[in-house]
Amino acid sequence: MTKLQTLIPLIQATNHTPGLDPGKVEFSGAYVSDLLSDVMGSASSGQVWVTIMRHLNVVAVASMTGITAIIFAKGVVPDADVIEKATEEGILLLSSPMETFNVSGIIYQTLND
Amino acid sequence: MGEYWNIKPELEDSVKQHFSAPPEAEVELEFEVPEKDFNTAGRGSSEVKDLLKRLGVDSETLRRIAVASYEAEINLAAHSKGGVMSCMIYDDLIHLRFLDKGPGIEDITQAMIPGYSTADELVREFGFGAGLGLPNIQKNSDALHIQSAKGSSTLLELLIFFSAP
Ligand SMILES: Nc1ncnc2c1ncn2[C@@H]1O[C@H](COP(=O)(O)OP(=O)(O)OP(=O)(O)O)[C@@H](O)[C@H]1O
Ligand SMILES: [Mg+2]
Repeated sequence: MTKLQTLIPLIQATNHTPGLDPGKVEFSGAYVSDLLSDVMGSASSGQVWVTIMRHLNVVAVASMTGITAIIFAKGVVPDADVIEKATEEGILLLSSPMETFNVSGIIYQTLND
Repeated sequence: MGEYWNIKPELEDSVKQHFSAPPEAEVELEFEVPEKDFNTAGRGSSEVKDLLKRLGVDSETLRRIAVASYEAEINLAAHSKGGVMSCMIYDDLIHLRFLDKGPGIEDITQAMIPGYSTADELVREFGFGAGLGLPNIQKNSDALHIQSAKGSSTLLELLIFFSAP
């Protein structure tokens, strides 16, 4: 298990859910996809999810799938309603200015350190 | 009229028993699922998930129920003129029914193929339309039943047992 907090500086991430503490969230792996049904079919609970999709549905998908944090790549920033729903559901939202490939590479490295 | 069944072989007896003589449900809930409203679609699944969590259903079963239910709700919003989700909770299982107002599925076997999708531009913008929803529903359910025809409503119902009976 890796602490989400470890990842934040490495991907230059901003936490949009200040009510949730990334120091308390651990993850065991990651899934990368922008197709919501693909995520629900293949991501596992306890993983983080890297995507550029930012509609409110991403929170529902994460919640149904047991995903602990969504990492928006390419500087995608979620709207206020998405942040509110995610906070309610206890799902951390991070944004990284890096592209999906780089975010994923850094997560991979962090997990395998 | 097309009909599709998929039942886990080891649960066939329990499933047949349930459908032939359904007992009185402990809890019954109903939710409207309006057409093309991807925020309202999912409310039912979310409420049912919270309720089952309070009732002590284990997290892996909860996850299977939530995913199957959410995919079915999204399909109503994405592909039908809207419909109703009904949830019947028993001691040992949950029975979810989704009945919409059409336009129906012409070929259910084709619709079940991973990657097959008729999703329009709007649905795809929301991140749906991979053609994986029905396969996900099947993968997570112990029993799946779909009844439909071109020009009529679609009924999708599924059973998930809380623990192997
Ligand atoms: N309730 C429904 N009414 C009419 N057609 C449906 C209904 N549910 C599914 N379908 C048809 O079956 C196809 C496959 O459904 P499925 O859920 O597998 O994929 P999708 O909804 O297109 O994409 P995804 O679920 O991956 O977002 C749909 O594209 C649609 O043509
Ligand atoms: Mg679908």
